[in-house]
Amino acid sequence: MSEVKKIATRESFGKTLVELGKEHDNLVVLDADLAEATKTAMFRKEFPERHIDCGIAEQNMMGIAAGIAATGKVPFASSFAMFAAGRAFEQVRNSIAYPHLNVKIGATHAGISVGEDGATHQCNEDIALMRSIPGMVVINPADDVEARAAVRAAYEHVGPVYLRFGRLAVPVFNDEETYEFQLGKGIVLREGTDVTLFATGLEVNESLIAADLLEKEGISAQVVNIHTIKPIDEELIVECAKKTGKVVTVEEHSVIGGLGSAVCDVLSENYPTKVLKIGVNDVFGESGPAVELIKKYGLDGASIAEKVKAFVK
Amino acid sequence: MNTLELQKTANEIRKSIIKAVHSAKSGHPGGSLSATEIYTYLYFEEMNVDPKNPDKADRDRFVLSKGHTAPGYYSTLAHRGFFPVEDLTTLRHVGSYLQGHPDMKHIPGVDMSSGSLGQGISTAVGMALSAKLSNDDYRVYTLLGDGEIQEGQVWEAAMFAGARKLDNLVVIVDNNGLQIDGNVADVCSPYPIDKKFEAFNFNVINVEDAHDLEELARAFKSARACKGMPTAIIAKSTKGKGVSFMEGECKWHGTAPNDEQKEQALADLEKVGEALCQK
Repeated sequence: MSEVKKIATRESFGKTLVELGKEHDNLVVLDADLAEATKTAMFRKEFPERHIDCGIAEQNMMGIAAGIAATGKVPFASSFAMFAAGRAFEQVRNSIAYPHLNVKIGATHAGISVGEDGATHQCNEDIALMRSIPGMVVINPADDVEARAAVRAAYEHVGPVYLRFGRLAVPVFNDEETYEFQLGKGIVLREGTDVTLFATGLEVNESLIAADLLEKEGISAQVVNIHTIKPIDEELIVECAKKTGKVVTVEEHSVIGGLGSAVCDVLSENYPTKVLKIGVNDVFGESGPAVELIKKYGLDGASIAEKVKAFVK
Repeated sequence: MNTLELQKTANEIRKSIIKAVHSAKSGHPGGSLSATEIYTYLYFEEMNVDPKNPDKADRDRFVLSKGHTAPGYYSTLAHRGFFPVEDLTTLRHVGSYLQGHPDMKHIPGVDMSSGSLGQGISTAVGMALSAKLSNDDYRVYTLLGDGEIQEGQVWEAAMFAGARKLDNLVVIVDNNGLQIDGNVADVCSPYPIDKKFEAFNFNVINVEDAHDLEELARAFKSARACKGMPTAIIAKSTKGKGVSFMEGECKWHGTAPNDEQKEQALADLEKVGEALCQK
């Protein structure tokens, strides 16, 4: 088997900003002293005059982004998810989302796959926070191909968008030639009949691995990539629940308020279904290599397969 | 407008503030009245705005960072012709476009939604930066409360504006000395305000009487002449100015007058108006 290419989605974010910067003069990138880590440094190199380093002041950065958007330009404000969605939550809510300004928030280093930095920097709450804000679009791409398409879609969309990217290099499983990103539309990656795994971000690939393992156990799992958590693809979620009866959600995020909750919101109103939520279980993370943490917190393919097996039997 | 006309306009704006807050049965008269001359000077003299074309691209921008004093802001916009003065008494009513705090999506002339203290200044800094990025020559003004500058975000924004030498930005601090819980100096003293902004690389102008339109005119002219750094105008004012029983009284920060108090307030302002007509 050939080696699968691995790329961190923050890298995809940085590259696409450069491409978009060449195409659009009105694109401005903001960062808060993390340009190397968030990968906006790529944009800074090409367009130093349109890269604004706000210093270590995320709240002010979000306000500046709002002001820039109010004058007709399209700012991408970037920081770690912890600070973009966490520290600056109220600025995002009041200065950006309430006036529905055209600001794109590029949040990198989301989830426990931040790794060694540990709990203070591992944001497992950002999806919950951002999807609670009226009018906010929330996108959590799964690999490089999807992330690049998502950044472009975010630029095209008029209104605030929260983009969630990872630090860890993750396998590129989407085919660049055939891949199509549609905002708010889930993608069925694998057909199955016993259970549907709705996954997002780096957990999409882990869910595909889990589905392979489950197949060996005689369990047919459908795998659906939910890259857009808000607005969520209600139609597809209900359709899959009707087809497979049982539903599992998989995310590198708290089981409170994230993809699992969003799927339950849809199903409880439209087609009550038993749902197993796999994610970070109402605990803080810890330091360690990302891949080891993903295993420890039960978010790798094998752990997912075990939980799904117990759930469907 | 000459100074007398500006004074008369400010007095009419004050009457509208009282009527609007009375009608809403809630809202913030104290800080609206302390900033009335500032609003008046900005919208009737200083800023390039067009009420018939409120979104024109080259307009000067204003962000009311102390968003709770929306009654003063709205009354000024209405008297300037952005929307009907009669609408002011729908303030804070269900279904009215005149929200409790400024709402740029629904109110003609409002350049930024605001109200959560400390945030408006950052958005004003963003607008000023944007103008610099595209070589536009509009100017950006933002009005802060002296209590508001207790918010840390204000100083993040000030540091950035000073560092970026945003000389198209004017920060005005309405220094009326009172906040909800009492005297700003007692609650958590922001003083010295001027020295703080100086330390953040601002051109600082102290205005001794924020109700003196000639002094305000000198301050704004001086701000316009300053190149290479943003300006902070620290304007000493009287909270509740113009209404005898509201002046210097902390409780009128966020209390609406009842029917009787409204009449008394309007009578006070009527007297001011009559005196101005004698001039």
